[in-house]
Amino acid sequence: MNTLVVLRMVPDVVEELVVDASGKALDSQWLRFILNESDEHALEEALLLKEQLGGVVTAAALDAPEVDDALFTAAAKGADRVMKVARPPDGAGAWAQAAIFARLASLSGYDLILTGVQASDELDGSLAPMLAAQMQWPYAGPVVAVRAEPAAREVIVECEVGGGARSEFRAPLPCVLGIQAAEKPPRYVAVSRLRQVMRTTQIAEVDASAEVPAPWVTVSTLRQPEVSARAEMLEGSLEEIAEQLATILAQRGIL
Amino acid sequence: MINATAVLPCDVTWDTFVETDAGRNALSCIQCGMCAGTCPYGDAMDYPPRRLIAMWQAGLVDQVIRSQSLLLCVTCYACAAKCPRGIQLTQLLLPLVKALAFEAMPEVPAELQKALMNTLRYGNPMGESPRKRAQWADGAGVPVRVLPLDPKPVDVLWFVECYPSYHPRGIDNARATARVFHRLGVDFGILGPEEKCTGECARLAGEVGLFDALEEQNLKALSRCSFRRLVTTGAHAYDAFKHQYSCRGFARPVDHTVTFLAERLTEVKPLLHKKLNHVVTYHDSCTLGRHNGIFDQPRALLRAIPGVKLVEMVHYREGSLCCGGGGGGMWLDTYYKAKGLERLSERRVREAVAAGADVLAVSCPYEVSRFEDALKVLGYDQRMIVRDVTELLDESMGGMQSL
Repeated sequence: MNTLVVLRMVPDVVEELVVDASGKALDSQWLRFILNESDEHALEEALLLKEQLGGVVTAAALDAPEVDDALFTAAAKGADRVMKVARPPDGAGAWAQAAIFARLASLSGYDLILTGVQASDELDGSLAPMLAAQMQWPYAGPVVAVRAEPAAREVIVECEVGGGARSEFRAPLPCVLGIQAAEKPPRYVAVSRLRQVMRTTQIAEVDASAEVPAPWVTVSTLRQPEVSARAEMLEGSLEEIAEQLATILAQRGIL
Repeated sequence: MINATAVLPCDVTWDTFVETDAGRNALSCIQCGMCAGTCPYGDAMDYPPRRLIAMWQAGLVDQVIRSQSLLLCVTCYACAAKCPRGIQLTQLLLPLVKALAFEAMPEVPAELQKALMNTLRYGNPMGESPRKRAQWADGAGVPVRVLPLDPKPVDVLWFVECYPSYHPRGIDNARATARVFHRLGVDFGILGPEEKCTGECARLAGEVGLFDALEEQNLKALSRCSFRRLVTTGAHAYDAFKHQYSCRGFARPVDHTVTFLAERLTEVKPLLHKKLNHVVTYHDSCTLGRHNGIFDQPRALLRAIPGVKLVEMVHYREGSLCCGGGGGGMWLDTYYKAKGLERLSERRVREAVAAGADVLAVSCPYEVSRFEDALKVLGYDQRMIVRDVTELLDESMGGMQSL
C-alpha cells in the first residue's frame, strides 16, 4: 500500500486571531500555525493501515510557518517520507491546493490519498473531493474507519451519515478519502524520538510549478464573529436562585 | 528517611545506574516490603516498588516496563522515605524505569498526552498562549517587572510556574505572592512569556526528552537575566532547579516561596495585622516535604498569622499523603478513575476535614485545584476552603485593600 497523506497548517487559535489593516486577512504578527486536526487523524489512519498491511506512507504539505515541525512529527510517528511543496502561491484555496497535490500525486504511484475531511479554515471540506476530481479517482468521506483489501484492489470504508448512523462503502483503489477521525486517537511521539528524527531526517522540497488556476473567488472582508447573546449568571442563596430560575422558565413558557 | 540535603548524581542512565553508589545500594534491598506497603497505589500495581527491585535484580525488568504498572506511580517519595536501606527509589531508580516504560508505552493516556503536547508547544500543560504568561500580573495591584522587557539587574528572579500563571485559582497565589514581595520590599522580576514549565512532572512521568527541551529553553532565558537568587512558587519547579537544573550548570541559590519568606519571618510578622480566625491544617507536598525536608518553614509562617490555630492531620510531615498530582498524576485522574481507583486528593481531604480544620493550607500550586475539586466531589466545599500559605499571609497583610 502506497499512501499519500496531505497535511495542512491552519491558524492556531490559542493565540487570539486579529484581522489585519487590509480587513481581508489575519494579522500575521502573532499568528502561529498548527497541523489541522483531522489531517492528524488522516496521518494516524495511514499509519494504522501501514501497520496492518505494510507499505509506504508519504506525508506532504505546502510550505508554511512551522510546517517543518509537523512534518518531522509525522516522520517520528512513522511516515516513511516527508515532503513540502516549496513556494506555494499566496492564499492557495482548496482548488489550487487540489491542483498542486494532484500534480504531486501523479509523480508517484499512490494507491490511496488520505487527508482531513475538512480544515478549520476550510469548513466546506472541498479539498479531498476536488483532489479526487482532478485525479479522476473515487472519493469517500467523512470516513471514520478504513479496511483495505489490497488483493482485491479495494477499500471498505465507514462514513458518518448524520444522526449517529454510519454507512459502509466499497471503493476501488486508487481513491481519495476524507478522514473525519482515525480509529485510534493520534499517537504520541516522545520528544527524544522527535529530536532524533529532526537530526536524521531530510524533508524533501518539491517544486509546485504546477498549473495552478487563478482563484476566481477572493476574500472581500474578514470579520470577528459578533456577540449576539450572553450567558446570565444567577446569584444569591439557593432559594433565590431557584426562584429566579423558575421565573425565567415560566417566562419562556417552559414551565 | 530521605537525606534532604543529599545531592543526586548527574547523568545517571539505566546502563550506568548499577555502577553508582545508589545502584549498588539498590542491590542491597532486603525485600522487606515497606515501600510497597506505603505506596498510595501499591495495592493496585502489578509491580509495586519491592517487586520492581526484585525484577530488576533478576534481569526481568522488561516485564515491569510492559505492564504499565508504573503509570500508577505518582512519585511521592513515600517508598524512598520508608526504605530502611536508604534506596533512592523515587530519586533515581523509578525515574529510570519510568523513562523506559514511557518509550515502550503503546498508547499514552489521552489526558497526559494532551498535557505533554501542550507543554512542548506552549510551555504549559493547559495549552494557554505563552504570550499571556504574565497577564495575571495586571490584577496584582503592585508592579511586576518582566525582565526580558526591562533587563536591569534584579535581586530575586521569581519563577512563577504554570498553574500560578494561568489557572483561575492559581493566579490568586501569584498575585498574593507579588503583593507580599512588594510589601517586604523585595527587588524581584519574572521571565514572563520567556518562562516555560520546568518539566519536572514530565520527567517523572518518563518523558525525559520533553524535560531536556524545557530545561534548555529555561536555562537559555535565565542566562540572559542578571539576578542573584531564584525563588519559585512551584514545589516541583523547586525540585527541578535544586536537583536537575543544577546538573546543567545552574548554580544560583534556589528558594521556594515558603523558605524565602520563612527566612524573613521577622520582617513578615509586623505586616500580619489582620486576624484570620481559622483552624488551619497544612498539607506537606511530597517534593517540598519528603524530598527536600521543608516541613517547619510553612508551619512557622502559618503560626505567625494572628488568629490561626494550626492542627495536624493523621498523616503529616514525612508521613504525609500524596495529593496524587506528581509524576504526571496531575493528568491521569481520568485514567485512574477508569481503573476504579480512588483519587488520592479525595483520600487526603477526608483527613483534613477529620482534623477539624476549616482551611487546608498548601504550598504546591497543583494542590489548590486538586483539593478544591476533591472537596466539591465529597460535598465538603461548604466546610473547608483551600488556600496557599502565601494567600493566607497576603490576606492577613490586608490583601488588595491594603495597597
